[in-house]
Amino acid sequence: MKIAIASGKGGTGKTTLSTNLAMFLGESESVVLVDLDVEEPNSHLFLKSELLRKEDKMKMIPRWESGSCTLCNECVELCNFHALICLGNEILIFPNLCHSCYACSELCPTHSLPMEAQKMGELSHFLAHPIEFVEGRLNIGEEQAVSLIAQTKKYVEKHFYDETITLYDSPPGTSCPVIESIKDADFVILVTEPTPFGLHDLTLAVETTRALGKKFGVVINRYGMGDDAVETYCQNENIAILAKIPHLLEIAQCYSAGKLIYPEVDSFKQALEEIATFIKTLSQEEVVQ
Amino acid sequence: MKEIVVISGKGGTGKTSITAALASLAQQSCVVVDCDVDAADMHLLLQPDFAHKEDFYSGQVAKIDEMLCRNCGRCADVCRFDAIGFKEGHYVIDELLCEGCGYCARVCRPSAIEMRERLVGAWYTSKTKYGSDMVHAKLSIGAENSGKLVAKVKKEGKAMALAQHKSLMIVDGSPGIGCPVVSSLSGANFVLLVTEPTLSGLHDLKRVYEVVKRFRIKAGCIINKSDLNATVCAQIEEFLEEEAILHVKNIPYTKAFSHAMIQGQTVSEYSDPELKRLLEESFETIKQTLGV
Repeated sequence: MKIAIASGKGGTGKTTLSTNLAMFLGESESVVLVDLDVEEPNSHLFLKSELLRKEDKMKMIPRWESGSCTLCNECVELCNFHALICLGNEILIFPNLCHSCYACSELCPTHSLPMEAQKMGELSHFLAHPIEFVEGRLNIGEEQAVSLIAQTKKYVEKHFYDETITLYDSPPGTSCPVIESIKDADFVILVTEPTPFGLHDLTLAVETTRALGKKFGVVINRYGMGDDAVETYCQNENIAILAKIPHLLEIAQCYSAGKLIYPEVDSFKQALEEIATFIKTLSQEEVVQ
Repeated sequence: MKEIVVISGKGGTGKTSITAALASLAQQSCVVVDCDVDAADMHLLLQPDFAHKEDFYSGQVAKIDEMLCRNCGRCADVCRFDAIGFKEGHYVIDELLCEGCGYCARVCRPSAIEMRERLVGAWYTSKTKYGSDMVHAKLSIGAENSGKLVAKVKKEGKAMALAQHKSLMIVDGSPGIGCPVVSSLSGANFVLLVTEPTLSGLHDLKRVYEVVKRFRIKAGCIINKSDLNATVCAQIEEFLEEEAILHVKNIPYTKAFSHAMIQGQTVSEYSDPELKRLLEESFETIKQTLGV
């Protein structure tokens, strides 16, 4: 079962929940945690892990072969991303702008633009006893997060069995990378906080999740720091609140030091138990179906 | 006119609250720009009036004309983004997955596929509750946060600031280290990094500073929630010294940030004299560095 942990924006506690929930569930189940926030992967900061495997992740970009090129300019005209330009007698390629659609390469009349792999980031697979942990990490300044997210998920699908609980630590926001990371999830947990910023971003995240037709529930982090507008919103919208994590300085201090929280703070562990119970009902539903 | 861009690398550090506080201190001497178009929140504090709206189109999206389509499936064969599926006897485009490369339209023999401009969001010009002008935007859900909308918002803000002879433009930057943040940094005279003393705060600060360095922009840093972890705070201070980043101020952890937010106020308006002083001093330091 795949569970994506998402939020409208950064700083709401996605990574805190992902890492702690993964380790907690890992005590009794087979769990893999996948850090899909490839622009800023932070899960590793909270896990003691041993590297099992590291792979360069590539994207395909065209390479210009001057010998056969007739400078017909077809490639430049058809690239919707302006990733190729013709300068004098040369075709210049801008790899950062290329979306790897292959149009230039496959439609070039003289086959002068073969596609070639170029490194865009890294995938690392760790053992973080008792769970396994996979992280995608994009090179700084690289723009195509979606492709690395897709490749990271593919790796996980290939290397883990279906009965494994897969937790995706998703990127923030509501744009393409988030869509890519939650589109195949069986369930989405939206993490929010009880403030006007939290509520505003939650409404965007709910819209996104609904647009994808996903089942989802909400975890309110830092419960007690703000007002009750998030709860009222969830009630009005018939959204399940899976757990409330209290706003405690101890939690923030554990987090700041990169420590797991549930072994130290009881109320946090209790919130994880509630989420774990909920996840079990989800997997039973699947069996019934 | 000098341009200050506030970024944080990591979310939740108080970037928007601090940007809004600076904007409230600058009052009408500045134009405010919100470049966090993916999760724009500054309007909750500055209460702009959304006076003028314009739709923003960027890139394209494929559209199949069912009447012309002969179901040959060539479009689906060439699409590298799995954006074309076959449902109920027809090929259909999943707009959320379509990247707008136009390859399908090129190979469609009956020319049944048309590439249309994609509506990715809207941008606004407003008056804030301080009477200052603000440019902000909202990205549509699932739209590619390509930085083009960020660039547009910045361009409009800059034109406005120059036309009105303002001395400052204060920009709430985009999160992350990708294209949008690069876009929000271009043209900046000063980058204010807002961080918190957590391991992920430090980690992301280092990553985002790599981007700032490339642009060779003068940088300063506010460590928010500075008393949360003395060890990490010291590590951040060390990093600032190594990289010769101006250490603007430490702001201790305070509930005033969330309390002010709930009342729709900026933290410099909110009645916490100590916090107000820290922010005023920060603003003075930044202005001195910029010679404003």
